[in-house]
Amino acid sequence: MIVEIGHYALALALGVSVIQAVVPFWGVFRQDRTLASVGSSAALVSFALVALSFAALVTSYVRSDFSVGNVVANSHSAQPLIYKFTSVWGNHEGSMLLWVLILTLFGALVALSRRSLPPRLRAGALAAQGLVAVAFLAFTLFTSNPFQRLSPVPAEGQDLNPILQDLGLAIHPPLLYIGYVGFSITYAFAVAALIDGRIDAMWARAVRPWTLLAWTFLTLGIAMGSYWAYYELGWGGWWFWDPVENASFMPWLAGTALIHSTVVMEKRDALKVWTILLAILTFSLSLLGTFIVRSGVLTSVHSFATDPARGLFILFILIFFVGGSLALFAWRAPLLRQGGLFAPVSRESALVVNNVFLATACATVFVGTLYPLLLELVTGDKISVGAPFYNATFVPVVVPLLLILPVGQSLAWKRGDLLGAAQRNAFAFGLAVMAALALLFFTRGGPVLAPLGVGLGVFLVLGAGFDLGERIVTRASGWRAMLSRARGLPRSAWGTALAHAGIGLSIIGIAAQAWSSEAIAVLKPGERLTSGRYTIVLEGLSPRTGPNFRAEVARFQLFSGEQELAPVEASKRVYTARAMPTTEAGIRTDGLSQAYVSLGEAQDGGVAVRLYDKPLILLIWIGSLVMALGGGLSLTDRRFRLAAPKRAAAVAAAQPAE
Amino acid sequence: MTIAQPTRPLPAKRRFTRKQRRLTLIAAAGAVLSLAAGLVLFAMRDTIVFFYGPTEITEKGVQPGTRMRLGGLVETGSVQRSDGKRVTFAVTDGKSSIKVGYDGLLPDLFREGQGVVTEGVYEGGGRFKADSVLAKHDETYMPREVADALKKQGHWQTGSGAGTSPATAPAKP
Repeated sequence: MIVEIGHYALALALGVSVIQAVVPFWGVFRQDRTLASVGSSAALVSFALVALSFAALVTSYVRSDFSVGNVVANSHSAQPLIYKFTSVWGNHEGSMLLWVLILTLFGALVALSRRSLPPRLRAGALAAQGLVAVAFLAFTLFTSNPFQRLSPVPAEGQDLNPILQDLGLAIHPPLLYIGYVGFSITYAFAVAALIDGRIDAMWARAVRPWTLLAWTFLTLGIAMGSYWAYYELGWGGWWFWDPVENASFMPWLAGTALIHSTVVMEKRDALKVWTILLAILTFSLSLLGTFIVRSGVLTSVHSFATDPARGLFILFILIFFVGGSLALFAWRAPLLRQGGLFAPVSRESALVVNNVFLATACATVFVGTLYPLLLELVTGDKISVGAPFYNATFVPVVVPLLLILPVGQSLAWKRGDLLGAAQRNAFAFGLAVMAALALLFFTRGGPVLAPLGVGLGVFLVLGAGFDLGERIVTRASGWRAMLSRARGLPRSAWGTALAHAGIGLSIIGIAAQAWSSEAIAVLKPGERLTSGRYTIVLEGLSPRTGPNFRAEVARFQLFSGEQELAPVEASKRVYTARAMPTTEAGIRTDGLSQAYVSLGEAQDGGVAVRLYDKPLILLIWIGSLVMALGGGLSLTDRRFRLAAPKRAAAVAAAQPAE
Repeated sequence: MTIAQPTRPLPAKRRFTRKQRRLTLIAAAGAVLSLAAGLVLFAMRDTIVFFYGPTEITEKGVQPGTRMRLGGLVETGSVQRSDGKRVTFAVTDGKSSIKVGYDGLLPDLFREGQGVVTEGVYEGGGRFKADSVLAKHDETYMPREVADALKKQGHWQTGSGAGTSPATAPAKP
C-alpha cells in the first residue's frame, strides 16, 4: 500500500507541477496577482508530495520490501540499516527521485523565502522552476519508476553494488545534487528576468544567496566524491578527469564565475546580460552532467544501468531547456537595459578577467569531455582524453587566473590602484617565492613544477590573509579597535578570504602529490616494504566475517622513519550476494599526510601489497572544506538576511556602500 | 570600503567610448579563448589516446611505440604471474589476440574470460606493454569499447554483460 501511495503522490506531484509551470505565467501575462501567486502554493504542495513519495520508497527499502523491483535489485536483507537507507539513491530510479526531491525542495524554499521579491519575478521564477520539475517528474514516472512491483516476490534482494556500500554514499550524492539542482533556481530567475524584460541590482541580490548555496554544496559534494574515490577504489588516485567527474566540475567552474559576476552586478549594476547568460549556462551544464551520467552514453559506476529510452528522454529535456532558454536569451536580452561603464583598473574589471578565465577553463573541460563522444559519433574512432590533455589545457588557463587573484582581490571598486594593489601583495608574493625556492633547494633532483605549485598555493593563502589583515590592523589603534574592526567586517569579506585561501590550500595539496611515492611487493608475514617515508611490516592475515561479506584482513605495523605509528589494516572483501570482491585500503593519517596500503591477490603464502606515501594529501580536501566554509559564511552576510528594502529604497540603494 | 558617490563620468574616462571599451573587452576575452583553443588543438595531437581491439591493431596498422588503449576479453588460461607483481596475459576479441605485460596489482574484477581495458604502449609483433589496467566497478559491467570491439568480430551475444539492467531483468525467485 505504501508503495502505491508513493507512486500516486509522485504522479500527483507531476500534475501540481504542471499547474506551477502554467498558472503563474498566465497570471503575469494577465496582470492578475492571484493567479501569479498560485506558484508559491503549488511549489509547496509539489514538494510535500515528492517528499511523501520519497518517504514511501525509503520505507520499502528499510523494511526490505522485496515486492518492489527497485528494492530487489539494489538491497539485501542482511545489509546494515544505514546502507538499506542509502541504497535508496544508490541506483538510477532512486537517485532520480532524490534529484526531483531536491528540485521541488528548492522550489518550496523560493516560495517560503521571506525576502520581498518583485511579485512578477517570483511568479516567473517559480513557473520556470515548475517547468523543470515537470520534465524530471515525467522522466522519473515514465522511464525510471522506482515503484514497480514484482511478481512473484523473490525471497532475497540482489544487494547493492559493494563499492557503494559505504558512508560516502550517504553523503556524496545528496550534497552533489543540492549543488547541481540548486543552480536551477538561478536558471529560473534568469528565465523570469528575461520574460519580464527587466533586470537590476535587486535581481542580483535575490539570486546571489541561491548561487552561493548551490556552489557551497557542489564544492562539498565534489570534494566528498573525490575523497570517496580515493579511499574506496584502492589505488590512491583522487581525481581522474573522468567524464562523470567533469560533469560536476563544469557547473562548479561556471557557478564560480557566476558568484563573481553577480557581485559585480549587485555592486555596480553592470555585466547584466553576461550574468543572465552565465546563470543559464551553469544550469545547462548541470543538465548536461545529468545527461552524461544518467543516459548511459558512458558506462561507469554512476550510470547503474543503460536504457536507450532514458538517454533519449534526457537528451530531449536537455535540448528543450538549453535551447529554449538560449533562444529566449537571444530574443529578450537586447531589451535589457545595458549596465554601467567601469574603469579598466578596478575590482569589477578584475572580476571580468576572473570570468573570462573561468569560462575559458570550463570550455577546455567541456571540449575534453565531449570531443571523444562527438568523434565516435562522426568517425567511429574511440579515444580517451585523460590527465595529460587537461594538464596541457586546463592548467595553463587556471594558473594565470590564480596568480592575479590576490591582486584583483585587493583592488578597490570603481577606480583601483594597480600599483598599490601590486605593492600590497608584494610581501605575500615575496614570501611565496622564497617558499618555492627553499623547497626547490631541499628537494633537488625532484620534480621542478611542484615547488612552484606550492609557492602559488602559499601566495593565495597569504594574499587572502594579508588582505583581511589590512582591513583589520591599523597602526594607530590597539587590539580592541582591531577586534571591533574585525567584527565590523562584513561576513562576505571573511567568506571571500576563506574561499580564496581554501583554493590555495588545495593547490598546495595537489602540488605536493608530485612527491608521492608507490611501492609494490609480495609480502609474507614478517616481511617489510618501504615507500617514501613509510615502512610497513606484515604481521599476519586473518579471515573475518561481516554482515553481508567475508573478508581477508592483513595487519601491518607501520613506521614513519624509525618511529612506530599505530598499526594499519587493509582487506579484501567478497560480498556474498554478488560474489563481488572489493579492496578496502588501509589508511593511516600522519599529520596532513597519509600512508595508504592496499592489497592485491594472495599468492603462495604471501599477499601482494601496494604502499603509497601521500604527502600533504589531506590539504586537497581541507582546502575544499575551507572554500565551502567561505561560501557558507558569505551566505550569512547581513545584507542577505535583512529583508530587502521597499522598491523605492531599493533604487537608492542600487550602489550601496560595502 | 569605498563609499558610494554619485556616479559622474570621470574626466579620464572620457577618452574611451562605451564601444571602444566593449571592443577592448571582447578582444581580451577573444585572446584568452584563442589561446585556450590553441592549447586544446595542440593537446589533441599529443595527449589523446586511441582505443583499439586486437584485430584493429593489425587492420589499422598501428605503429610500434604508439600509446593506446587495448580492450577485449582476457583469454582463458593465458594469465601468468612471475615474482609477484609481474603479470602477462592475452587480450582477445575472438579473432586475434595480443600479449600484454603488466607490472602491478590487477584490479579486483580482473578475471579470465572477462572484459578488460588496458592502457600502454604497443610494442609491435602482437606485444603490448600496459602501464595501467583499468578497474571495473561492477561484475556485470562490460566496458562499452570492449563490447563494440567484440561485436565487430561477431563474438557478442546480446544479453551477456552490458545492457542487462538488474532492474529490468526478470528476477529469479
